Amino acid sequence: MKTKQEETDFEVRSLDTMCINESELVHPWWYNFKYAAVGVIFGIVFIKAEIISWFRIQEMFKLQSFHMYGVIGTAVIVGAISVFLIKKLKVKTIHGEEITFTNKKFNKGQIYGGLIFGLGWAITGACPGPLFAQLGSGSLAIIVVIASALLGTWVYGKFREQLPH
Amino acid sequence: MIETITQPWPWYVAGTIIGLIVPTLLILGNRHFGISANLRHMCAACFPSNIPFFKYDWKKESWNLFFIGGILIGGMISTQYLSSPDPVVIHPDLAKDLTQFGITDFSGLVPVQLFSFDQLFTLRGLIMMVGGGFLVGFGTRYAGGCTSGHAIMGLSDLQWPSLVATICFMIGGFLMTNLILPYILAL
Repeated sequence: MKTKQEETDFEVRSLDTMCINESELVHPWWYNFKYAAVGVIFGIVFIKAEIISWFRIQEMFKLQSFHMYGVIGTAVIVGAISVFLIKKLKVKTIHGEEITFTNKKFNKGQIYGGLIFGLGWAITGACPGPLFAQLGSGSLAIIVVIASALLGTWVYGKFREQLPH
Repeated sequence: MIETITQPWPWYVAGTIIGLIVPTLLILGNRHFGISANLRHMCAACFPSNIPFFKYDWKKESWNLFFIGGILIGGMISTQYLSSPDPVVIHPDLAKDLTQFGITDFSGLVPVQLFSFDQLFTLRGLIMMVGGGFLVGFGTRYAGGCTSGHAIMGLSDLQWPSLVATICFMIGGFLMTNLILPYILAL
């Protein structure tokens, strides 16, 4: 099993939604601040559109509000148009590199893991991104939820081989 | 202008900005939007414990850690400088349901009667904070992504496995909120 995994490293990594686009260019570490700037905007949107609200998530799952459906739906449409244009126009990165996409492979983890995450999402009222925005907004106790999510990820990594995929 | 910003933002504004994060990350450096991977990178950085799943060069993914660092700072800026003085509006039926379980404080985005250090010492709080967090961390990695990686990035790239994952996220959420959560809240 282990050797198989090593041979199919690329597949395993794409399965795990890690960034598999390895840049040929080497940038100084502080170039990463550009991503931090995008994160700041994202964090502000999370709070201002109340996406990190536990109540909004409950309303979504009780079909009491269109808000979250509207947010996610619009994001997917805008994202899809953008990806289409990037592919069509062969847009390059600001450093002149090619932008690449990798097809995701289906495995049963998307069903089992998806259901498990859904259960957790409705309890905490937050997916991983909003957890960090909640912490930033001053709900310090969310550090416990994040620590527990880290533990969950670690336990998955530990028992990954025994789980059906 | 500033008043418009401090009001809660409508869904189409938020959705458009979030959607634009997808091409922004791609154009800035061929990066694919996905947040839950950070939990894996943190495990790989801090507790690899010789587990193959955590043995990789997480430093190559450090851009993503900067990204969530930014989210945290954005949360701080937004709360400090851009927050609306008005209370959060919630659906009257939800308020009625929650009142039955003794949840009456709707002032913040995160209900303090459920998520606070005091609540950790109650069974309900422990299940929701520790149990809920565990399911989020375990489930997202098992599924290979979360709302950002699958529901937004994956669907934007028309990946059908991401659609399967997204549908499962929703099924799990509906089951929890409507069938299981009432029992947890009643504890």
